Amino acid sequence: MDFHRRADWAVTDPAYALTLHGITKQFGSTVALDGADFDVRAGTLHALLGENGAGKTTLMRLAFGMLRADAGTIEVDGTPRRWRSSADAIAAGIGMVHQHFLLIPAMTVAENVSLGDRGILRGFNPRAAADRVRRIGTETGLVLDPAACVADLAVGAQQRLEIVKALARDARILILDEPTAVLSPAESQELYAWLRAFVARGHTVVIITHKVREALAIADDLTVLRRGRTVLTGSSRNLDEIAVIGAMIGASVTADAPATANVSAPGAAVMSLEHVSVIDERGVQRLRDVSMEVRAGEIVGIAGVEGSGQHELLRVLAGRLTADRGHVKTPAHIGFVPADRLRDALVPAMTLTENLALKDSGSARGIVNWDSYEARAAATIRGHDVRTSGPEALAGALSGGNQQKFVLGRELEGSPEALVVENPTRGLDIRAAAHVLAELRSARVAGVAVAVYSSDLDEVLSIADRMIVCFDGNATATAVDAGAVARALVGLG
Amino acid sequence: MNALARMVRSQAGASVIATLLALLIVTLVIAAGGYDIGHAATALWNGSVGSPYSFFSGTLVRATPLIIVGLAVAVAFQAGVLNIGAEGQLLAGAAAAMTAGLAMTGWPGWISVPAELIAGMLAGAACAGIAAVLKRSFGVLEVISTLMLNFVALYGVSYLVRGPLEEPTHTYPETLRLAESARLPVIIPGQRLHLGFIIAVVLAIAAWWFVRSTATGFRIRAVGAGAAAAASAGRVSVDRVVFGTFLASGALAGLGGGVQVTGVTYKLFELISPGYGYTAIAVALLARLNPLAVVVAGIFFGALEAGGAGMQRDAGVPAGFVYAIEALVILGVLAVDRVRTYAGAHSAPVAGERAA
Repeated sequence: MDFHRRADWAVTDPAYALTLHGITKQFGSTVALDGADFDVRAGTLHALLGENGAGKTTLMRLAFGMLRADAGTIEVDGTPRRWRSSADAIAAGIGMVHQHFLLIPAMTVAENVSLGDRGILRGFNPRAAADRVRRIGTETGLVLDPAACVADLAVGAQQRLEIVKALARDARILILDEPTAVLSPAESQELYAWLRAFVARGHTVVIITHKVREALAIADDLTVLRRGRTVLTGSSRNLDEIAVIGAMIGASVTADAPATANVSAPGAAVMSLEHVSVIDERGVQRLRDVSMEVRAGEIVGIAGVEGSGQHELLRVLAGRLTADRGHVKTPAHIGFVPADRLRDALVPAMTLTENLALKDSGSARGIVNWDSYEARAAATIRGHDVRTSGPEALAGALSGGNQQKFVLGRELEGSPEALVVENPTRGLDIRAAAHVLAELRSARVAGVAVAVYSSDLDEVLSIADRMIVCFDGNATATAVDAGAVARALVGLG
Repeated sequence: MNALARMVRSQAGASVIATLLALLIVTLVIAAGGYDIGHAATALWNGSVGSPYSFFSGTLVRATPLIIVGLAVAVAFQAGVLNIGAEGQLLAGAAAAMTAGLAMTGWPGWISVPAELIAGMLAGAACAGIAAVLKRSFGVLEVISTLMLNFVALYGVSYLVRGPLEEPTHTYPETLRLAESARLPVIIPGQRLHLGFIIAVVLAIAAWWFVRSTATGFRIRAVGAGAAAAASAGRVSVDRVVFGTFLASGALAGLGGGVQVTGVTYKLFELISPGYGYTAIAVALLARLNPLAVVVAGIFFGALEAGGAGMQRDAGVPAGFVYAIEALVILGVLAVDRVRTYAGAHSAPVAGERAA
């Protein structure tokens, strides 16, 4: 298995295959990348880690020329580059395999590989295309039937095809976005073995992932992004799971437990789960025999790495998701602040008055008293410092922070017995975030049973009275302490 | 901001601009075809609003089914249900109303006429119900199922007028005429305008009030504008709202068919609808799904259709140009909406692209 080795491309100087420095990228008012740095040594496998929304995919799309940075420099093999489009990056030897494959299911393997060929007048020669797929197969071990229809391929084979597509364009630097998300454990092992062999031939690989254990096992180097910044980078030999997790979710594990004095004595259990299990529509078990409770006047912090079951746990607590097994007790009047506010909390095209009325919309009967809702919307705007022209403003016209303040105000209106909050400060500036956290604290003082999940561990630890950590569908109580939580996050609790 | 930009930003302004653009393009095409524009315009005017007869017996008679079926489409679209099968639901309603009317020959009008209209509504709802069940149970896109059901209804009517409902001499593929008592009364002596127009206007006002002021109406709008938020923040049962709205939309379209046979044709035949169910989509979109504006848009399209017939008769300009106006109005509304989206992007923050 001898891949065409290029004599002019030995692993000497330049030592870095890909260098991104000071990369900044903003989408509207959302800062996706905030001066991120990323250095990939030539001939290594480098894992790029971070929570959802940390900016991993955005950074790699910039490196691949799909997006243009607002600021920062890109160097390939030590040469500064500016991409006009992905075509430039491909020409420079970069290939990218996206999380959602970009294949045409109705076409054959050979046709899909030939799709990116340049030149209007160059005809499509089916035999040459098939030969190319076979040649790459023998050279690299990525064997595919050129005549097979993509729709008939298993997911693992589709991913091999995506890699073959990149290799057909002479990619030397291969970027894979969450490559194992869709693979079985056996397929993942196979892919990793292939990637190691590819690197051993002198090529360079970047994998985007949030699976810390896998990254440590197969990568030479690791870089962790959080909130668009590089917070950790180094050799995987010198790092351990807890340090990486801590960097991903933003807690210095060595720090002392924050002194969160439990000012109010908690009362009776308001929300409780007993032996609750949830199975999603694809048959995956999301919660396994979870038992927990949230009492009046306390804040229970919930932590969990992406996909550990916290998403479902919050929705069961909020009465938005029915448990498949077990007993659930939630009050009738319960506030819920979901993470994706423009999708799950607000209707952007409706006014604030209408968005306030939305919370009663499922149970309302007869004629709607719009005057009363308008007055309540105005009171919410005043009471929670929402900057807007008034109750008749469209929700979509508000800034993210003001939208969140309005949602929180709406859910706290009328003294709910319980409040379930998911990533409440995502995308907010520091002032707005502090305001939101202060609201949660005052809700606790008012006797509300509060459950808060945040992907930022420092944030949950700063307001929680107790901690629940999700790992693989289980929920475990831990001390309100960064070290204890970090261990539980990777199942070492 | 100049006057044009302001107009683009208002909903009504956008519709007016789209309409003017469509009229301008069709005028140019008619001129390019070598027709006398002045003559054509005069004929269009005379055929639609030029005399009391053309207005009451031409324009408003054609506007009546357009308003009722336009409401059916507007209500469905408000909930995000893309019911484009109003034509089929109208035909089902017309067939059912006719069947009821023939079966109730000899009954007093105050019983048989409401019974005919109710039969039409039930048939329209049943026709839409097939698509609604397919959507709810199997996730079949209603755009496809309702469109296909249009053909089922069309050939169903063909079968009825050539089979069980054909008039006894078997000379024409049509039914017998409804008895005088089983017809909707004419409301202006000497004109063809019938009670159906009053029903249409009352329905429009009722629909406007319902969507705006009732909890159910608010649920319909919320589901259409943000189904995920309605389900999560309001715990609205989205499936139920969609299903119910689908049936209501079908019932309205079926009523349109019932009104057409009891108020205008008095009998059932294959070409009972010159595509009212499709034109109603243009009516609803031009009205920006506002039930009151549906009345205005319905009368506008009724005038175009009545005037188009006059234009063909008096000026020799094919009435097909009028249908081109309808299609262009839809495209115009969609185009102006695009512009509005871009114009609005500067004032409202857009949701950032999802970064992973």
